[in-house]
Amino acid sequence: MSTPSITPEETTVRAELRAWLAAHWQVDRSLVAWRHLLVDSGWGMPHWPREWHGRGLPVALLPAIDAEFEAVGAVGVARIGIRLLAAATLLEHGSDDHKRRFLRRILSGEDTWCQLFSEPGSGSDLAGGTTRAEFDGTRWVVNGQKLWTTSAHHAHWGLLLARTDWDAPKHQGLSFFVIDMHQPGVEVRPLKQMNGYASFNEVFFTDAVVPANNQVANTGDGWKVAMTTLAHERRNADALRRWGHASPHAGRIYDEERAEIATVMEPYRWYPQRAGRVDLALPRARSTGRMADPAVRQELAKLLMLSRASEWLAQRARHAKQSGKPEGPEGSLGKLVASHVARAAAEVHALISGADAMLAGADSPENGMIAEILLSVPATSIAGGTDEIQRNIIGERVLDLPREPRTDAGPFRDIPRNPPRPRG
Amino acid sequence: MHFGYTDEQEQFRGIVARFLRERAPVSAVRAQMASERGHDPALWRGIAGELGLTGVHVPEHLGGQGFGLEELCIAQEEFGRALTCAPFFASTVLATTALLEIADEAEQEALLPALVAGERVGTLAWVEQGGDWSASACAMLATPAADGVRLNGHKHYVIDGLAADRLLVVARTPGSVGNAGLGLYAVEADAAGLVRRGLETIDTTRRQAALVLTDCPARRLGAGRDFTSGFARLMDRATIALAAEMVGGAHALLDAAVDYAKLRMQFGRPIGAFQAIKHKLAEMLLEVELATAAVRYAAAAADANDAETSLLASHAKAMASDASMRAAVEAVQIHGGIGFTWDNDTHLWFKRARSSAVLLGDAALHRERYIALTEAAA
Repeated sequence: MSTPSITPEETTVRAELRAWLAAHWQVDRSLVAWRHLLVDSGWGMPHWPREWHGRGLPVALLPAIDAEFEAVGAVGVARIGIRLLAAATLLEHGSDDHKRRFLRRILSGEDTWCQLFSEPGSGSDLAGGTTRAEFDGTRWVVNGQKLWTTSAHHAHWGLLLARTDWDAPKHQGLSFFVIDMHQPGVEVRPLKQMNGYASFNEVFFTDAVVPANNQVANTGDGWKVAMTTLAHERRNADALRRWGHASPHAGRIYDEERAEIATVMEPYRWYPQRAGRVDLALPRARSTGRMADPAVRQELAKLLMLSRASEWLAQRARHAKQSGKPEGPEGSLGKLVASHVARAAAEVHALISGADAMLAGADSPENGMIAEILLSVPATSIAGGTDEIQRNIIGERVLDLPREPRTDAGPFRDIPRNPPRPRG
Repeated sequence: MHFGYTDEQEQFRGIVARFLRERAPVSAVRAQMASERGHDPALWRGIAGELGLTGVHVPEHLGGQGFGLEELCIAQEEFGRALTCAPFFASTVLATTALLEIADEAEQEALLPALVAGERVGTLAWVEQGGDWSASACAMLATPAADGVRLNGHKHYVIDGLAADRLLVVARTPGSVGNAGLGLYAVEADAAGLVRRGLETIDTTRRQAALVLTDCPARRLGAGRDFTSGFARLMDRATIALAAEMVGGAHALLDAAVDYAKLRMQFGRPIGAFQAIKHKLAEMLLEVELATAAVRYAAAAADANDAETSLLASHAKAMASDASMRAAVEAVQIHGGIGFTWDNDTHLWFKRARSSAVLLGDAALHRERYIALTEAAA
């Protein structure tokens, strides 16, 4: 791999930023006050447009800019959680009024956000949502229910996809809103999962209110806006993990950042176990003496091979992207192969653990870790697009197979759908 | 380690693929399956003379092209995709690599040019009836004689053993056990005491033979080099090259199944629109792509003399065996009744997949070897 050459622009930008940081960065400032400085200067989101808290710099310069921040240990704008998806959505589809009201407090970290898309009756078929928004002449009145809403319990604002036209075809009857989560018509309840954690929420709307000026884009354009949010969600998945690590330094501003990260990252504590913890398989096979069992050796080999080959597949996808070649099938396969790895890992952990695989908590191997793996892995093949949906995508977009004939055309009102989920 | 082909490698692949499309279409495969020799000498001359593939991984000073296992594997992928009937695996992958890894330099200079030029067809006879693929299981005896060595014993599953006229045979000195006393011996095709019999095989695109050697005159090769390490390097490279051929075949099976799923109409729609078929094809693609990634990584590692090469060879072969059998079984299934007919081409690739899944060790053997090597490295 050749070292990328440093452009004159990068040298200039780095020098400018270095000087600005030298003049402004102080660890004993409050986190919010520092971030307002970042927003005013444009250094917080340097690739955003100048009129909206950015400097209009190319995305390619971001690694160099991050490096300058890291060199002095400077904290950036608030980036973890749903907030940046909200910002990206509003930048693309929001009015100037939306951008003025919401962007600054997103970047300062003063407001947190949640995404109100999935419903009990529409998971894979996201466009089949039945939460309704009705205009009463001055404002929108919202009734219905959302599910799997991360951070709803502390969010100030929600990105809401709701049905505004029941006679239009499914995708064309949706509209997009920003809803104030702190109002009487919004009730948030934690949703307990099969692994015992409650990382997500159910959100109930009973005559909740959205002022007319909080509608994003035109009535009926909600699906298009939601697609923007989801595209950013996929693109930012890696970055979110990186930003989720707090800096180890001491000082007021770092303490405040650590608290923010702890709040946002709390729901994700079991995510490593969800992926199967392949890293534990070989050490556990050794330490338990199960390495002598030919069945364990076979299944362990399958798992290690699958896991390693999936990394090579991902690297091939990245290589193709970097060298500007047309993307092969590798990119679309990543989500599906992760499910296979997670399931194989759970089976291997169960095989290695033997009878102890029945136990949980302190009685389970690795102080509960094995039980947590066994009970968290099923999420991998469902969350973020089920394996079945991934296979449809691979079949239709990569292999160019024909689509199944649709039976959900025509007015949404006439399409069969699920009964509401009882409010327990 | 790199993860994609260079433009030159892509170009090379394109040339091999075009040649095989034009000169060795499936009609030619069917003709050779039924032929006495099992391959077309004119095609072999083209592969050797026009494309120079028989010397692709042979150093230039020995008359080859001086590329590595990566390029050999590119050719192998295309041969697997086209199901070419040619003694490439026996002569170029096995015999030529055996000479490179085991023979002395003077012997290489004497024996390689005819193989590289395609004037002679080589093969390697090491495994005996029962199919233990390790050299240490070899029972054939090499007894010193006044004018060289006499070989006594039998060999089985000898790839292109009838077509070959340059036989390389593994045998051991009397009284030796395990890896001790093993050596590589050259046997002339017309040697006294050599009896060859063609074996009946499920895959008729690649012939096999059984050899019986009775006081057969032979010449020891590579007396100045360590046989065990040379043979291990040979087997790692041959295993990776076979896995490359297998993923090429798996891609062909997948492509055929996808094409058929788009054309075949049942219940008023192409069967590829049904999720039962679509999802099967998506899983086939995933498995074939994973195996392909493993093969290419292993080939690059072997060229870099990576310490993990043996482990990666087993990784590649285990995944290629599973992926190509899965592709073969599902390709027949997706073709339905027509897929079970002789006229449909799917069974040709199915039979190669079935056979190659076992050749040089099946998936279970290579998974066990992978774990044993992982343990040894710890």
